[in-house]
Amino acid sequence: FSGCGKASLSSCSPKVCIVGSGPAGFYTAQHLIKVDIYERLPVPFGLVRFGVAPDHPEVKNVINTFTQTAKHSRCSFYGNVNVGKNVSITELQQAYHAVVLSYGAEGNRSMGVPGEDLAGVYSAKDFVGWYNGLPSCRELSPDLSCETAVILGQGNVALDVARILLSPIDILKKTDITQPTLEALAESQVRRVLIVGRRGPIQIACTIKELREMVNLPDTRPDMVAADFDGVKEALKDLPRPRKRLTELMLKTALEVPGEKEQERRSKASRTWGFRFFRSPVEVLAEPGHSRIAGIRLAINKLEGSGDGAQAVLTGEVEDVPCGLVVSSIGYKSLPIDPSVPFDSRKAIVPNTMGRVKQAAGLYCSGWLKTGPTGVIATTMNNSFDTARSILEDMDSGTLDMSAAKPGSQSISALLEKRGVKPVTFSDWEKIDNVEMKRGESRGKPREKLLTVEEMLHVAWT
Amino acid sequence: MAASAAVRSSMGLTLRLSRVIPDCSTCPLFRLKCNAKNVANLQRRGSFDSLRTINRHLQTSIGLYHSEEGSSNAEHPEDVVNVVYIDRSGQRIPVKAKVGDNVLYLAHKHGIDLEGACEASLACSTCHVYVSAAHFDKLQEPEEREDDMLDMAPMLQENSRLGCQIILTPELDGIELTLPKVTRNFYVDGHVPKPH
Repeated sequence: FSGCGKASLSSCSPKVCIVGSGPAGFYTAQHLIKVDIYERLPVPFGLVRFGVAPDHPEVKNVINTFTQTAKHSRCSFYGNVNVGKNVSITELQQAYHAVVLSYGAEGNRSMGVPGEDLAGVYSAKDFVGWYNGLPSCRELSPDLSCETAVILGQGNVALDVARILLSPIDILKKTDITQPTLEALAESQVRRVLIVGRRGPIQIACTIKELREMVNLPDTRPDMVAADFDGVKEALKDLPRPRKRLTELMLKTALEVPGEKEQERRSKASRTWGFRFFRSPVEVLAEPGHSRIAGIRLAINKLEGSGDGAQAVLTGEVEDVPCGLVVSSIGYKSLPIDPSVPFDSRKAIVPNTMGRVKQAAGLYCSGWLKTGPTGVIATTMNNSFDTARSILEDMDSGTLDMSAAKPGSQSISALLEKRGVKPVTFSDWEKIDNVEMKRGESRGKPREKLLTVEEMLHVAWT
Repeated sequence: MAASAAVRSSMGLTLRLSRVIPDCSTCPLFRLKCNAKNVANLQRRGSFDSLRTINRHLQTSIGLYHSEEGSSNAEHPEDVVNVVYIDRSGQRIPVKAKVGDNVLYLAHKHGIDLEGACEASLACSTCHVYVSAAHFDKLQEPEEREDDMLDMAPMLQENSRLGCQIILTPELDGIELTLPKVTRNFYVDGHVPKPH
């Protein structure tokens, strides 16, 4: 490797490590010749395991690609290692020529309104974590004994939450949704879900696949406000293809008189869902004398401008919507991992240029930590390939100092052992994987996830 | 639904088999090919793609020393479909394929970096390709689900299709498939992608 000067191939091997084993971590690893991946949980794959909805198993196929990468001899996985707590970024930088931060966004944007902390109000991040078996969300136990749920935000995560709340149990019980969630949903009284956005139909953030799933969801019917769609049909012709197709489907669902068969299907449906536009939360209302939610107060907006850049402007009017469940789905948010790493708290990302962390030689970032928490796996893939390319370019050009040999995992493993931290290897994860799949088999599910770190470690090390 | 799941999982298995990066270090041909000079040559071409597809280059070129499975001399000539992939650095890679081959898996077989994250299940857009004008209309119309996923692909064009949905027929002989330049030169006009 020319990056090590004129030294022969074997004497100075580049040592690179990645923090985080989600899509960003693994796609970055895919293009690096030798790499160690550190993961806080005993199990890998990040949001592919804990974010992608249980009824979207094909999206999780990417795990096969990641598994190939992990099992390749040039890649080593170290689970159960909390970077920032068990080992610092500085220590990683001493052990590796390059450290890549790919730990994503584990926080969420708050609505910033009174009543946000009332019982019955959840962030989508926690709600999704709960139905996907994220250990830290195990105790969420949302109260589903109300008729109406209001979701703030209209992105794909909001639609995932709506779909999970309204899907027939017979469909969900064949997925890898957790057993406690399945039991809670079987008892759920929720029959109506409103998905609320600040702006109008043309600004909606979800994509057509997810909208189609709602439209086709068995035993449900759409409930929209026709007036919300004034002027939308006229704007269609100027829209780019993806936005046009999405808007056409919305218009059809909201305004078109359904045929006989669809009319019959809708009349038999026991559950409803609908978008509400031009609404922003201003307060979550409590039952008088209680700390439980009774409803949500929404400000009514009007739109200034058009297209992507349209702004929601308050009109001064408000409207109260009675409901017993509020899920705030207005965005995930990255958190700083270590004081030594530059962090832009306004954008909640690590400041960087093409994945190279600013003012921090040898430090890189990929995935949501690099660009902010939006985009699907494919977006993160391209983003991560870019960061890997930056690293390889820097090795090649000498920008990345490779003159000194670095100990890599040898020294980090020694450090961890001294601190009583035992990493979970990829083979250990495969034991967990096998146990989960076996448990799922008897229930007709692809897997029954282990729900606590203790259980995972127990299986990993037995 | 079970049938399509079975097809999907068998396709997935094919994909995994075709993508296994062999442990070449034990093979004398590898040692012949992989001396430092060779590696440096690949590197000096300046292409990122050369560096990271080292394994794939070695895999395909070693393949030349053995008879390739499904090589055309064993097949009827009318089964052969000539395909050209144009990779992200603009390099033309001609491939002799067969009727019935899937464009995504064919790419993998020949070390071309077309990702197929969801393994041909219409749940992603990572196998997005541009199809040569002369052949675009000869393809079967995309189903709604493919169009839905194409909508998510960056740099969508009139001749965009998902590679995993293209099955080669005799009339597609000569087809050219261009991989979009999705990294770095992403939005050359400075446009910022919309969040979703």
